[in-house]
Amino acid sequence: MFEVNKIREEFPALSEKVYGRQLVYFDNAATSQKPRNVLDAVSRLSVKSNANIHRAVHRLADDATEAYEASREAVRKFIGARSAKEIVFTSGATAGMNLVASSFCERFVSQGDIILVSAVEHHSNIVPWQLAALRKGASLRVIPVNDDGTLDISSLDRLLDGPVRIVAVTHISNVLGIINPVEEIVKAAHERSIPVLVDGAQGIVHTRPDVRKIGCDFYVFSGHKVYAATGTGVLYGREELLSEMPPYMGGGEMVGRVTFNETTYAPLPLKFEAGTPNFTGQATFAPALEMAEKLLTPEAVEYTEGLVSYMYERLAAHPDIVLYGRKKEGRIPLFSFTVNKIHHEDLALILDKTGIAVRSGQLCAEPLMDRFGVTGMVRASLLPYNTIEEIDYFMDSLDRAIKMLV
Amino acid sequence: MSEQSIKTENEIVEEFGYFDEWLDKYEYLIELGKTLPSMSESAKTDDRLIKGCQSRVWLDYRLEDGKLFFTADSDAIITKGIISLLIKVCSGETPESLAAYDFGFIEKIGLKDNLSPTRANGLVSMIARIKEIAAENIHGA
Repeated sequence: MFEVNKIREEFPALSEKVYGRQLVYFDNAATSQKPRNVLDAVSRLSVKSNANIHRAVHRLADDATEAYEASREAVRKFIGARSAKEIVFTSGATAGMNLVASSFCERFVSQGDIILVSAVEHHSNIVPWQLAALRKGASLRVIPVNDDGTLDISSLDRLLDGPVRIVAVTHISNVLGIINPVEEIVKAAHERSIPVLVDGAQGIVHTRPDVRKIGCDFYVFSGHKVYAATGTGVLYGREELLSEMPPYMGGGEMVGRVTFNETTYAPLPLKFEAGTPNFTGQATFAPALEMAEKLLTPEAVEYTEGLVSYMYERLAAHPDIVLYGRKKEGRIPLFSFTVNKIHHEDLALILDKTGIAVRSGQLCAEPLMDRFGVTGMVRASLLPYNTIEEIDYFMDSLDRAIKMLV
Repeated sequence: MSEQSIKTENEIVEEFGYFDEWLDKYEYLIELGKTLPSMSESAKTDDRLIKGCQSRVWLDYRLEDGKLFFTADSDAIITKGIISLLIKVCSGETPESLAAYDFGFIEKIGLKDNLSPTRANGLVSMIARIKEIAAENIHGA
């Protein structure tokens, strides 16, 4: 039996009040709240082992290095990577995508080549590729999205035809909440020996991604959305590819031997971890993924599915609401919508004053807003620590806001 | 600032003083937004658009007898209510006095604390644009 109240007690922020009202936090797709074990880890590590990792020989540095590497191992295990060499710590999903777009394209992309992305990507999985394409004289091609928010996979064969060097696609859209058929995309791409990067920013939170089962070559995510500290992230990359890619940034612990004539690089994954990393933050992946495990047990998943179907029904049945991503199954508790004749900003401002935190605007996906012909949307994104009561309060507050604004 | 503007300012502060609840303040701003006449579609050009707001805000002005008069519009109603407050106070002022004006009433009605830190409403951008218009017109006046 999944006891949501017990889980909520582990997230102190959930009992906060805003404007004198109980906080209802529905902006989890942007950042999750932090559980006590993560908060405790930050304060413990900051006192007991605050020293720069991998370098000094003293006790504090040893402990810090151990916590950092243990966290890397926890990530490896969680996503089913073969080796810790394949787990590169980054400052977040955006940094991971920039790293791959830069280093991979430097080595494998040239004039006239094509990078395939999808119509539902976050800006962070578009702009780094555009920058790389500009440098290399390559161009972007786009997998279209159907009206219901699913990807138009039927066009995949045609889109993969030609000098496509990499496919970059999101596991779960941060706007539509629909789980994309990444395994199928990987299979089709691999038949043509094209590597695939999966943006796992939402996928790491709501599924237990098995990178070997998905078969992808890269899987990137941030820590702050999956209960870990802010400014943390992971790039999973297949060892063969990471080995062939040139370093992204230079300096710090990423070197082997440095002379003015030549520098050799450290082995994986340190080759891609230039400078002092956010060692305290990265070490919180270990406790954070413990929490993620708790929230992905079969009981927790069943509970979350209850939230999904309840909220989907309520939003889909509402006469004034246009819901994007109209697929009830195979989705996460993330809902983006517009209300007829009412601006998304007005709704979010009023909801805020009723204690509800939602996101509004372009949701870092302007091409997708254009696709659906809107200037922005309101997004409510939940985690298994949210409740049916909160959904009810949200719907009531939304009705109140609509009444005020009409 | 002119006596008229100071009077308008005081009226706004007094009006907001009646509201204990944030939602009541919003009700009032929504009302103001609804009463502010819309700009014609052809006047909503990109050069009149204020950058830095989540919603779109257009601000236009004319200079008459050395005084600035503003018209504004927004696709979001609360934001439209906010800009209507600003132009109500600022219209009829000289560029010189607007350039020196501190917009103190915004703080008195509680909008500064609760609205300006978010980039959502772009109150800061609206004020900056009014100041910019004032500065541009000081020599032309």
